[in-house]
Order: sequence, then structure tokens, then C-alpha cells
Amino acid sequence: MQRSSVRMLALAGTIVAAVGCGGAARQASAEVARIDATGSAAVADTGRAPRPGANEADVRFMRGMIGHHAQALEMTDLVPTRAARADIRLMAERIAVSQHDEIAAMERWLRSRGEAVESADAHQHHGAAGGGHAGMPGMPGMATPDEMARLAASTGAEFDRLFLELMIRHHEGALVMVAALLASPGGGQDAEVYQLASDVEADQRAEIARMQRLQNGPAPAPRR
Amino acid sequence: MNSESIVRRPAASLGRLALFAAGLAAAAAPAAAQQQADPRVGLRAGLHDAGQAIRNLELVSTRPRPEGLFDPADVGNFGFMNSDLAFRGNYLFQGNFSGWQVWDISNPAAPTLRSKLVCPGGQGDVSVHGNLLFMSVEMPNGRVDCGGQGVEAPASPERFRGVRIFDISNVDAPRQVAAVQTCRGSHTHTLVPDPKDNANVYVYVSGTSSVRSPDELAGCVGAPEDPNTALFRIEVIRVPLAAPQEARIVSSPRVFADRQTGAAAGLWRGGNHGEGTQSTAQTNMCHDLTVYPELGLAAGACSGNGILLDIRDPANPVRVDEVLDPNFAYWHSATFNNAGTTILFTDEWGGGTQPRCRATDKAEWGADAIFTLSNRKLTHAGYFKIPAAQSAQENCVAHNGSLIPVPGRDIMAQAWYQGGLSVVDFTDPAKPMEIAFFDRGPVDAAAMKMGGQWGTYWYNGYIYGSEIARGLDVFALKPSAYLSQNEIDAARLVRTDVANPQVQTKMVWPAAFVVARAYVDQLERGQGLAAGRVSAVRSELQRAERLSGAQQRTALTQLATAIDRDAASSRDAARVRMLSAAVRDLAGAAR
Repeated sequence: MQRSSVRMLALAGTIVAAVGCGGAARQASAEVARIDATGSAAVADTGRAPRPGANEADVRFMRGMIGHHAQALEMTDLVPTRAARADIRLMAERIAVSQHDEIAAMERWLRSRGEAVESADAHQHHGAAGGGHAGMPGMPGMATPDEMARLAASTGAEFDRLFLELMIRHHEGALVMVAALLASPGGGQDAEVYQLASDVEADQRAEIARMQRLQNGPAPAPRR
Repeated sequence: MNSESIVRRPAASLGRLALFAAGLAAAAAPAAAQQQADPRVGLRAGLHDAGQAIRNLELVSTRPRPEGLFDPADVGNFGFMNSDLAFRGNYLFQGNFSGWQVWDISNPAAPTLRSKLVCPGGQGDVSVHGNLLFMSVEMPNGRVDCGGQGVEAPASPERFRGVRIFDISNVDAPRQVAAVQTCRGSHTHTLVPDPKDNANVYVYVSGTSSVRSPDELAGCVGAPEDPNTALFRIEVIRVPLAAPQEARIVSSPRVFADRQTGAAAGLWRGGNHGEGTQSTAQTNMCHDLTVYPELGLAAGACSGNGILLDIRDPANPVRVDEVLDPNFAYWHSATFNNAGTTILFTDEWGGGTQPRCRATDKAEWGADAIFTLSNRKLTHAGYFKIPAAQSAQENCVAHNGSLIPVPGRDIMAQAWYQGGLSVVDFTDPAKPMEIAFFDRGPVDAAAMKMGGQWGTYWYNGYIYGSEIARGLDVFALKPSAYLSQNEIDAARLVRTDVANPQVQTKMVWPAAFVVARAYVDQLERGQGLAAGRVSAVRSELQRAERLSGAQQRTALTQLATAIDRDAASSRDAARVRMLSAAVRDLAGAAR
């Protein structure tokens, strides 16, 4: 192991992986320098301060997003047998792979924090707008059971149109959930939660833009 | 699309994904035999003792993350991931989501940790200019005072999201001299030296995260319809080098503006899709921007579109072209070739946290898309993705890299997270080809834990890899059928005092015999010269090398003239002329 002979600015000690309750007592390092208005100062020993852990907002977000993603997968499941356009199939496949993996990542995160993980099917029931158990409001952008039924009953151009409409709205709902997380106290302070929320934001935002283009019809051949 | 270089195992059944993947299985079956032979498949897991596969490279040294910048209880802790690199002299600056490290690389075979700083707030993207170190912060736990306790309140004067500026005149005692707050924080940043202005350096800030409340930072507006919205723009910070504490945002160019109407959300071409649907949909953020100041151009990846910017006025970049991928890849970053005639965009599908190099993952997704650039217009040419399937426990997707200065070829050392390092030749943009690689097994055998190469960059003769979990890797190229010793030696002649990978500078080779020999090797490999001519040229170079003064000049000039005659009958006339030019350079330098 390398030993550096120069003064270390941050004494490492043992890093405590701060997980669990965000309300745990914090022991700020006594030597953290005051930074003046311009943000300048010598930076002092910050290694001992415990890191922010996951909190209620994070857990709620992860749980909710699992259910939200589950409905997106219900929609993409319908595509292979109903969609007319190849570009919509491609779009749906990308959404399906992304959200399938993200569900797995979110379930892993919950388990690692000792939180219960429901099956994805249970989530679909809870999350559907206008349906589900009492006390469990529908999440932003979710399709109602009626809308899902209509989607399942349609094929060809009609399916394509409905799919894009419902999925765009669904994606926009996800962005609302991400914004809500980052606006809540302590939300997203956990690095993994922040990263996942940012990735959902980035990918789904790009997908919304692409789906809106698809709504204008199949794209012309690319410049060659 | 070059499907020949992209080899996939038959798709494994994955439930619903099998519905989509079924079509892939039939096409991939003949490739199964080749897939089994790639040593990157099936490597043993481990943090510092994982199995390794390496080809045409040597792992010269490796160093783990220092105390304070990793979590012993959770090696995959997102809060301590290593991130990007910057170089100055014999120092390598390695960013981390919790601060940064300075490595002394005077001896690349034995890097030593010179200093480090714990200052949380990812992603910790770093750049260096003179005695200043810049660091990007976007995460909500970033604090002005570098504390580790985070910031609980949604709006707080203690929070920092933006670009930190440190004075590193004394690299053992860095001082934060400025902390420029931005409305969306800084996901990455790019230094833009202005060739016409030595007093300042500019910093392009890409913010991809949520817009801060005006209660926290005055003037930040999140609503997309508002003319002052913080969306649809990049921030430009001007840093007076003599007084960096005066650094401030000088413009916020709306690089997505519609060229005709000036509407800020110009790249969004959707129609009216009902109430509430407009507000969230548009292309409104840029990931990495790579600048090439000598060409006056920057290439960016903004919300999935590839864009080209004119940066001749660094404070006011203007978009000149944009492209969408018809296969639905979304781009995140870009690299120019040295001549500025090709751009390689990367699709960082999954943001680097997901395994996207599995046998079932499409070859066009999570990959590189290569475009030719002509008259400021981009035209798609090909795709590249590492050909070895990675496991579901390995986050893997195309990420950062830089050019290897082999004359006459476009070669990039690229990071693929736990897909490892891949050296790809994209000289023919339609037929990219892998020529070297390094890979480890997953960090963990059972679970997906963050690891792998964040960025792999060439610097003064070596390739340095910032390994998210394992620390710092240093590689050297080894000759092979794809790359000769002369070509490697010619690359080593290109030396710089500073390197910030998102700032590309024109690579120029000095007059040297090894440069001429590199071209000869290439012509031999590509049959651009007949075998007899190759031998003759080699002999003549050898003879000329032993001469000096006027005799050498004459010999070389005659050789160059002879080579020019070869161009007419060569299948690679351009390369023959590169060779004759290199020989003329030598003639001019003869003493």
C-alpha cells in the first residue's frame, strides 16, 4: 500500500457508510473551514463527517418508480403483436430493456437498505391510476385500467397512435416523480438514488422527444 | 452499419425480452464459436483479484483508491466512484464523486499518490489549466465548504452545484478560490482556451440536472416557456487567470435555438399534444461537449441529438448542425478525429450504471456511432461496440476516451466501464476495428456493483485508465499485426504539457524517421505499396539515416520524389503522399 509522505488534506480514518435514517445525529468535523462569499478558503479536514444516507423520500421514490416502470412494461409487452411500424417496435424495445434493468436496480437498492420489495405485478395494481387499493393514489402519467384495455384491444395504426400517446404521458409522469424527489428535503442525497433518478430523467426525456417525432409519422431516410 | 465486427452470442431467454430478442438469436448463432474464443468472456470476479484478459497492451501498473475516497464497507458505493482525468506535466488529476486525487506519474510504472482532497459532490469531473484545477458538481449533497454531511433543505445557501476552482500552485495544499454556482449544477465542463485571449480561459458548463429554486440561486427559472428559462442552454464561465476569484458566468447561449424563429426550444419538432405535454418534452440539456478550438468547432451530445457548434467566439457558441440516430441511440459525448473530418458519438445508454453489453443487447445501442464531417454537415457512416459480451453483473456501455497519436490513422482508446478498455481504429468510419483491449471480470460475482473504466486517455506515451472501483490503471501499447512498433514509437513523439480530454488539440508529428517508417508499415499492411517498393523504401531510409548534412538531404529528397511517383498506381494514394511528405520533412531537417 502506498504511503504518501506529504500532508493529507483529508484524514480518511474509517468511512462510515451512512445508510438508513436521515435523522441520525451528525457529527460535523470541527475543522471544516468557513468559506466566504466568494467561495474561497483553504479546505480542511472533511473526511470524518458521516455521509447523508437514504431517507423516506428516496424509499418512496424507488418503490413508486418500480410500479411506474411496471406499467410501461405492460405497454411494451403489447407491441410485438400489435404495432404496425418498425420504428415503434424499436422504440418499445429500448424502453423495455431500460426499464426492466432499472426495476432490478431499484429492487437491489431497496433490499440493500433493508426495505421490503413487492413483486412487480403487485405494483401494477397499486399504481394504476384510478384503480388499486384504497389509500394508494395513482402515480403521475399512469394509464387507467380503461386506457390499458383500449390499448390492448387495438392493433395497427390505431395501436401505434395510442401507444405513443400513452407512453409519452407515462414518461412525463416519470419526470414529475424525479422532480418531486429532488424537491423534497434530503431527497436524492444518496448518490445511488440521485444517479438512478438522473438516468431516468435523461433517458426518458430523450425518449419523449423521439416519440413526439414519431407522432409526426415515420422519419425520412437519414442523411447519407 | 458494420455488423461484421459485432459478434453476439445467441440470445438467452429472458422472459419478455425474448419476444424482442428472438429475431437476434438466428442472426447471432454462427458467431457463437468466435464468441467463445474471446478471453473477455467468463472472467472471474473480484475487486483487486478479478480475472483479466489483455491483448496488444501491457498493464504497466495499477493503484487502488486511497483512504477517504472509497468505502471499505461497500466497494460499489456510488458516493466514491472515481471519475474523470486531467493531466499537467508529471501530475495526473483523478476526479472522484467525493473529491480528487493527484498522482505523480514521473514513472508510469510506479505512480505515487501526491495528494488528495475529500470534497463531496459528484461527478467530480476535473480539468486543469496552469495553476488552476476545475471540478464539476451537480449532486444535491455538494456543499460550498466541502463538507460531507450533505444539504437537507431543498433551498439552502450551504449547497453548492456548479464549478469549483482550486488554486493548486501548491499541489499539497489546494485552495478553493471560487465556487461558481449554476442553475442546474455541472454534470461535466469543458475548458475552452481562446487562442486570441491569453488573459482568460472559458469553461462551458453542461447541466443536466434539476433546475434550482430561485430561493436558492437567484434568477434560476425552471419553466420551459419562460424566456429566462435555465433549460435549453449551456453556461459559459469566464475565468480571469490573474484573478480566478472573479470567475463568473458571462453568457448562457441557447444552443438549441431554432435558426429561423429564434425560439429557444428549436430542436423540438413535436406538435401540440394536449395540455401539459409540451412542458417536459424538449431537448433541453447537453451532456459532454468536446471542443477543438483550432478548428473552431465543438461537438456535443444534447438530449440524445448529436450537435455541432461553431465556437470561434468562445463566449457565444452557435449550433451549425444536428443529427438523430435512426436506430434510436441517444448520444452523450463526442470525439473528433485529428483532421476534424470524422466525429465519433457515444450512446451512454443507462448512464453507465447498467449492464448494456450483454449478448442480448443490440449492437447499435450503448455503442459508438461514427459520422463524417464535411462542409459542417454530419453524415452517418458506421457503428462500433466491443465485440465481447459482458455479464449482467457488469455495468457496461460506451464512455470516454481520447485519440492515440498514430500518424495517418484515427485510433481511440475508449473506456467501456466494466467492459474494460478497447482500442478502436476508425480511420475508415464505416469499418471501425478493435486492435487492442483490456478487461477484468466483474467487481462482484453475484451482484451488479459499480466498477470499470470511466475514462481511458493517452498521455505522453501511456494510456491511463480511471477505474471506478479499482483506482488507477496504466497501460502501454504492444505491437501486433494491427499496430507496428514504428507506429507506437511515432505516437510517443507527440508530447504535451497538459491534457484535458474534452479539449482536443491538433496532433502534429515532428520530422522523424520513425514517422516515415510508420507510414511504410501502414502501406505494407494495407497493400498501398507493392512488397518490392516497401523493401526498397525501407532500405533507402536506412541508408539515408546514416548520412548527414547535404548528402542526407539529397538522398531524402530523391526518395520523396520516387515515392510521389508511387502514388499514381497506389490504392492508397493519400497515404503514399503522407509518406513522401514525412520524408520531405526529414530532408528539410537534415543537418
